[in-house]
Amino acid sequence: MIKLLKKSSFEIFFKNLQTQGKTIYAPKNNGKKIEFSKIDNFADIVFDYIKSNQSTKEIVFPRYHKVFRYTKQADDTVVLQDFSADSVPETVVIGQRPCDAVGILALKAIFETDIADKPFTARFNKTSFITISCTKSDENCFCTSSGLNPGSTEGSDILLTPIENGDYYAEILTEKGTKILEANASLFEDSPEIDKNKYLAKVEVRFDNKIIHEKLNTIFDHETWVEQSLQCIGCGACAYVCPACACFDILDEDNGRSGFRYKCWDSCGFGNFTIHTSGHNPREVQSQRWRQRIYHKFSYMPKREHVFGCVGCGRCTDVCPVNMNIMEHLQTINAL
Amino acid sequence: MEELRNRAKQLLEAKTVDVVIGYGETLNNKIKAVFIRKPEDAVKLVYDERCTQNLGVYLTKHEVKHFGKPAIVASVSTMRTVLQLCSEKQVKDDGVLVLGVTLEGKFLEFPTFKTVETFMEKGVQPIPAKDLELMAKIETMSLDERWAFWQEELQKCTKCYACRASCPMCYCNRCMVDYNQPQWISVPSTEIGNLEWHLMRAMHLAGRCVNCGECGRACPQEIPIHLLTFKASEEAQNQFGAVAGLSSTMPSTLSSWKPNDKENFIQ
Repeated sequence: MIKLLKKSSFEIFFKNLQTQGKTIYAPKNNGKKIEFSKIDNFADIVFDYIKSNQSTKEIVFPRYHKVFRYTKQADDTVVLQDFSADSVPETVVIGQRPCDAVGILALKAIFETDIADKPFTARFNKTSFITISCTKSDENCFCTSSGLNPGSTEGSDILLTPIENGDYYAEILTEKGTKILEANASLFEDSPEIDKNKYLAKVEVRFDNKIIHEKLNTIFDHETWVEQSLQCIGCGACAYVCPACACFDILDEDNGRSGFRYKCWDSCGFGNFTIHTSGHNPREVQSQRWRQRIYHKFSYMPKREHVFGCVGCGRCTDVCPVNMNIMEHLQTINAL
Repeated sequence: MEELRNRAKQLLEAKTVDVVIGYGETLNNKIKAVFIRKPEDAVKLVYDERCTQNLGVYLTKHEVKHFGKPAIVASVSTMRTVLQLCSEKQVKDDGVLVLGVTLEGKFLEFPTFKTVETFMEKGVQPIPAKDLELMAKIETMSLDERWAFWQEELQKCTKCYACRASCPMCYCNRCMVDYNQPQWISVPSTEIGNLEWHLMRAMHLAGRCVNCGECGRACPQEIPIHLLTFKASEEAQNQFGAVAGLSSTMPSTLSSWKPNDKENFIQ
């Protein structure tokens, strides 16, 4: 369904969502970076930005969260307190980019394959995504090489594309989106026929992710993995800003009588990520870890979960402390 | 720059070294580390104001060590790194050839670490004015304000460990934070977990940090964590008179002792 949301209606829309009891996340300037934060005041939302430093994945997949708690009673019986979906508030994300929306679909594919991850599903189901299309891009953006574009609708409940006068061309895409529309019906007007493409950022196509996918079937032992990763210092900066990286660690914190189990982000770039109890590490050196990163995103995920693990946001390149440029490496693979 | 390329080519042709660790171009006018192993690739080397990474971090990297003897394009911070790594028995004097670049941007080759030490007597790289300013500002804060300042900064930390990975002095095969039996510090990115990590990192670098500032540059959240290690170095210098990265033989500041220590508990 197509509607028009006037710029002048946005603040009322925001306040309505607050009144409707939603927790709202939107891009905010923290003094150094634009980050998605809980927003209480409409004025804090930054609309004129290209992409946030961290992706929106943290809203559905926090960097740290408790899975269950346990307490040993006086008679030594154990009381288990499982994760409860009730602890998750009804949430609306405003202003994420289309690539981030697709990133969350990639997480969904991972967390809901086989046994669904309860906390992820609870957060995903209770979150609505009002995405805003990109009218600007930067040098590290490559969504168009990843099968997407600055106005992709996948993963969004409502996609807003800025048009003349700061008004928004609104595409209502899902049931969640329809519910938001119905609760705020007076603010969404009928829209004239519009070609939204003319408002979108132009992002040059640099490679084809389907070719990369094919290539990876035959180049597992290629020398390029060592060559590309010599400069890699093995931190997790790329993984933590990536909207589609889903690796986590599971640990316990215990004080003898009670404790809890939690999940926290982890990265395949870390040296001890795959270390076995025996001490053996199947991915002993950085080149094997870098190869894993590329294979997971471009080979294993498309095969297993039918989605790519890279949406082309370019954040890994943005933050890499040693200027590894994923586009350069993917272009190299594309040309092998 | 031609001078550097020619010298690198010669060194590789004569097999004096097996790899030249230097800077090269990547996309978007950015610089990346390059590992030149063929004389004809020496033309890929560049050196200009964009070259800020401390390449010393690669001297202890498994795949790089595997190539054989390196020559390293070394800013003054990197030269200090090399000396400090040698004093910690991580590189050997005849194991690394230092292709130094002075603060004025002049190329100088150092045949031995002794010659690097002599060069260091002329002075080390200054701490950038911006950092000095922030350090001075933090000094004037009350304890409560300082606590609030670091809490505000450290809550942004996601524990990606870019600070650790980018630091040439963080070469441990297994970092203390990676132990889980026993688990010394809290693993996740939480208020306490972040605080413990950054305090521990600063303490482990006290008297060892060469003030290159790489950790702060690496941080994706722009947390000024390099100030913690700068401060720890300053304290180590004030307390023990030791400055890291000026000598290839200096014993470790915090794990060595002198009979004439000013405290009497040691006697």
